[in-house]
Amino acid sequence: MSDVLGNPTIPPDASDSLAVLEKSRSTAEAFGIPLAVLLEVTHRCPLQCPYCSNPVELDRSGKELTTEEWKKVLSELAEIGVLQVHFSGGEPTARKDLVELVKHASDVGLYTNLITSAVLLTRERLSELADAGLCHVQISFQGTEEGLADRVGGYRGGHHKKLEVAKWTRELDLPLTVNAVMHRQNLHQLPDIIQMSVDLDADRLEVANVQYYGWALKNRAALMPTVAQLDECTRIVEEAREQLKGRLTIDYVVPDYYALRPKKCMGGWGRQFFNISPAGKVLPCHAAESITGLDFESVRSNHSIAWIWQNSDAFNRYRGTGWMKEPCKSCEFREIDFGGCRCQAFALTGDAANTDPACALSPLHETIFKQAEREAEGETNRFIYRNFAGGTLESENGA
Amino acid sequence: MAGPRNISVSETSRPVLPRHAKLKYDETRKVWVILAPERVLAPDEIAVEVLQLCDGERNVGDVSDQLAAKYAAPREAILADVIVMLQDLADKGFLTEAREKTS
Repeated sequence: MSDVLGNPTIPPDASDSLAVLEKSRSTAEAFGIPLAVLLEVTHRCPLQCPYCSNPVELDRSGKELTTEEWKKVLSELAEIGVLQVHFSGGEPTARKDLVELVKHASDVGLYTNLITSAVLLTRERLSELADAGLCHVQISFQGTEEGLADRVGGYRGGHHKKLEVAKWTRELDLPLTVNAVMHRQNLHQLPDIIQMSVDLDADRLEVANVQYYGWALKNRAALMPTVAQLDECTRIVEEAREQLKGRLTIDYVVPDYYALRPKKCMGGWGRQFFNISPAGKVLPCHAAESITGLDFESVRSNHSIAWIWQNSDAFNRYRGTGWMKEPCKSCEFREIDFGGCRCQAFALTGDAANTDPACALSPLHETIFKQAEREAEGETNRFIYRNFAGGTLESENGA
Repeated sequence: MAGPRNISVSETSRPVLPRHAKLKYDETRKVWVILAPERVLAPDEIAVEVLQLCDGERNVGDVSDQLAAKYAAPREAILADVIVMLQDLADKGFLTEAREKTS
């Protein structure tokens, strides 16, 4: 009986935060429908964070699924056994129909989570979302101090607004997660971020070190932390976890650049996660569209979501271990990390079937990570801001 | 606002799942689950039974009485197990205490 909650609460893999019901069920053939699905309902966002996890090629609003299409998706997800949905983006509250979508999700029995920058929310709208059945709110913070936080987000007044919305969240009795994306230019604020989370009465804090794909890869020189910073970060998190046990849960996403072994990205391609893009593409991870040569099926096609998950070429391409080349193919860890991240392998080596260079066994590991180390020690702090125009370089005086 | 933090589960506590933790039977996988922010927990049968009894009215002692009667097992052993299980859940942030009736 003491083992009642035995296996399922393991914090998630580095790249996502969707914990699994039975992480040990790993028979290569059976890929049950994921427990949680990420819905990127729009790519529109008032913020311009330089590490945005959206693809560099953003979906324009005209391509977004309609209200009725999203509702159909939600019903279908509930029907095939998905238990939780995360409304994300872009900025999900940029969709005028968000309350209606959350209501529909609740009606069909889904547990709903809002992942938001919070800057577009009013107290009234948040209250409507709560009434619609929203179960949990996750607010991103770019730092703890207005100057830096607003500069990272590229949105003046953003930090102040986030604090306000966080307070409303708790006043409405909604559980709050603070999501802090960490990098070289804000890691020194980590102790303050932990304190801020406690002060805001958050239940959870995600300390998520930037993962370097897409926009973040463009900005790597401005974001990459030093090894010393990371060691300090890990120490602070471990200490706070102990001190705040039962008060604040801290999920910690470590960056993989300084690791010797790659992360089991997404729990393995097509094994326990998918997301749906604003235009309705069903994707094995939110960065998957960065891999060229893969054809992703849409919910607008004639195929059901379950069919796409089980049978589509994109999901099967890197499933299991059959696609692997050396050194993955004969590696004793191949079923443990599945060769790391396909998107990172593609971005850094040009072939998604190569070993993720985060792995010390990759022939490119040393070159790439020495370069990252040099960048971390460098003086490049200017951001390339995320936008629909493919990015805008921050001006010299930081505006 | 949420219930008190750092809950220490005892015989007299009246625990209840907080709003953000939902106990649900998963028809697809034929298992009970607790849905929580970014987590899906899989409680075993006994935990499910305990949690179904944790309605904010009964205290841990009452819950143990009921289980002891149902399984004809020693109450003290049941109570100890129930407290360990609930404390584990509380430490993970998925349990709150029913508010005292103030009026």
